[in-house]
Amino acid sequence: MAIVMAALSVYFMWKSAELPIGWLPDEGPGGGAFSFWLSAVMFICTIWIIINWARRTSPPSQSEEPYMDDYAKKMLLLVGGSVTVMIALVHVIGMHLATAVFMIYYVRFLGRHSWPLTAALATGTPVFIFFFFDITLNKILPTGYLEPMYLVLYDIFL
Amino acid sequence: MEIFSLLASGFSIVADPLNLALVIGGVTVGLFIGAMPGLGSVNGVAILLPMTFLVPPTGAIIFLAALYYGAMYGGAISSIMLGIPGASTAVATTFDGRPLALQGNADKALVAAAVASFFGGTISIVLFTAFAPPLADVALAFGDPETFALMVLAFATFVGLGSDDIPKTIFSICIGMVFSAVGLDIMSGEPRLIFFDVIGFMHGINFLVLAIGVYGIGEMMWTIEISRGDTMMSKAVISVDRIMANLKELMGTWKIALTGSLLGFFVGMLPAAGATPGALMAYGVAKTTSKDPDSFGKGNVAGVVAPEAANNAASTGAMLPMLTLGIPGSPTTAILLGGMVIWGLVPGPRLFIEETEFVWGLIASLYAANLFAVLINIAFIPLFLWVLKMPFTILAPIVFVLCLVGGFVPTLDMHDVWLMLIFGVGAYLMRKLDYPLAPAVLSIVLGPLTEPALRQSLLISNGEFSIFFTRPISGPIMIIALILIFLPLIRLIWRKIKGGAAAET
Repeated sequence: MAIVMAALSVYFMWKSAELPIGWLPDEGPGGGAFSFWLSAVMFICTIWIIINWARRTSPPSQSEEPYMDDYAKKMLLLVGGSVTVMIALVHVIGMHLATAVFMIYYVRFLGRHSWPLTAALATGTPVFIFFFFDITLNKILPTGYLEPMYLVLYDIFL
Repeated sequence: MEIFSLLASGFSIVADPLNLALVIGGVTVGLFIGAMPGLGSVNGVAILLPMTFLVPPTGAIIFLAALYYGAMYGGAISSIMLGIPGASTAVATTFDGRPLALQGNADKALVAAAVASFFGGTISIVLFTAFAPPLADVALAFGDPETFALMVLAFATFVGLGSDDIPKTIFSICIGMVFSAVGLDIMSGEPRLIFFDVIGFMHGINFLVLAIGVYGIGEMMWTIEISRGDTMMSKAVISVDRIMANLKELMGTWKIALTGSLLGFFVGMLPAAGATPGALMAYGVAKTTSKDPDSFGKGNVAGVVAPEAANNAASTGAMLPMLTLGIPGSPTTAILLGGMVIWGLVPGPRLFIEETEFVWGLIASLYAANLFAVLINIAFIPLFLWVLKMPFTILAPIVFVLCLVGGFVPTLDMHDVWLMLIFGVGAYLMRKLDYPLAPAVLSIVLGPLTEPALRQSLLISNGEFSIFFTRPISGPIMIIALILIFLPLIRLIWRKIKGGAAAET
């Protein structure tokens, strides 16, 4: 993990260096200086962490438990994966329908709750966010390819 | 006195029906959120902040501050009933709260927690009211070097006083700062750190994206993983007679509550410390000063009173530096501070002059929130117990959906939602390796304030770093900060010397 972080720090440093990182006359420190030096500190920290890990002085490096046991892997896949799929779906069918699909998947298939409860949550949540965010707050949520349908709804409620 | 008239004007703002409804609503929501295992004030405030765009800024912060308060009360409920802290701040409450519940005295513990929270809250708000205006006056004289020195001090507390791995803490601080620097450079206007040239990074990384990622998505995944087993809930018998009897018994613990409150308030002001260590310290002090220390951990009411008084006092204490200096004392107040920027307010001492209505409305709302929290808490204990039975598989998807919508709404950009997911999963993976995440959230909020302060100061001094040490206020602050940063090193050397001496003799 620390190696990934170290790579990330170097990338940040390189990216910061696109702007002047030194001292500019009359302007003070260049635009990239702040983030450059912070990334440099990050890099030093990752080295420090790697040394600690190699010497096995930090608690995670001493622990015998696997970093990800089977339950954690399964959870990451089922939960993290479903959230990823949901965000992808937002681009296609919009926030509201993606929410409904997500609720059905989570409540019914992961939670094993009854169908009536699933149906209530799968319709209630999107309807609530539609009226709260789209209508009341006027923050139009993504609609994906279903925009024509929403135009009708906006006409009615807005 | 001036303070009283200002406070009175604050109360008139809170008495506005909308604001009063927001206080009651915030407290109630906070109680529920606090009571749910795994969710605490910081999660509630991060996830619900986007919803507060509905009301004016004063109303929004009143709602969120009330929620913060309610969550502090609510945390005790699951600590006592399930033996799982409702939030990390309520860890110390499990030590004696759980044994009490197992002995059939759950109601005693619940009432003690509520009353102690009220006591701690009240003491700390009075202290807050007394300290805030003079501190803001002092802070008015601060220039850029002082601001920068304060920021350094805030982060130094994480290194010197935090209990986490030092390189990981520093890493967390820096990564938050770097994320805050993404977007357009404030001084030259040039784009910088546009990762992979994705356009979405041009508008910078909104702190809410990181906060919701870490405290919404990351926290939920963490909770799902650790709460895999089923929980055992204790039974609580509640009646008016028993509540009255319990109240009488609590009268004897006022000294412990007072120490806890004072300790909590002052520890709460420090960014790295906050409510959790405050509560643990209060518990420790109550135990060591008790005549009967052996009864602690076996169901002593004082063991519930001390941490609960302290964690509520700490939540108010954390707001003191946030309002007066613009430096949050806890992750929750960091998010509140970020919210203030979104609402168009400039955090810092000038708030007390330019936004008196906002500041005093908030202070007065804390008094109101505290009162409502204790009343709602005691009156609706059975309802909260019912909530605890709510399966996580219903709560989790609702929270996830709120996170996604909340990540989208501030900028109306799907790019931010993806980024939030990456932060959430990243935070979960980092947390498994003991990386502290609070410093990152704090620094993404403070980053946009720190960087200009540093650059302006260096402009004034022509690049000499000595400017931070030679000015009368920033000098001592910097020195304290440096001592804090090197404290772990000093401790290490000290231990080596002592260890060496012991080995010789």
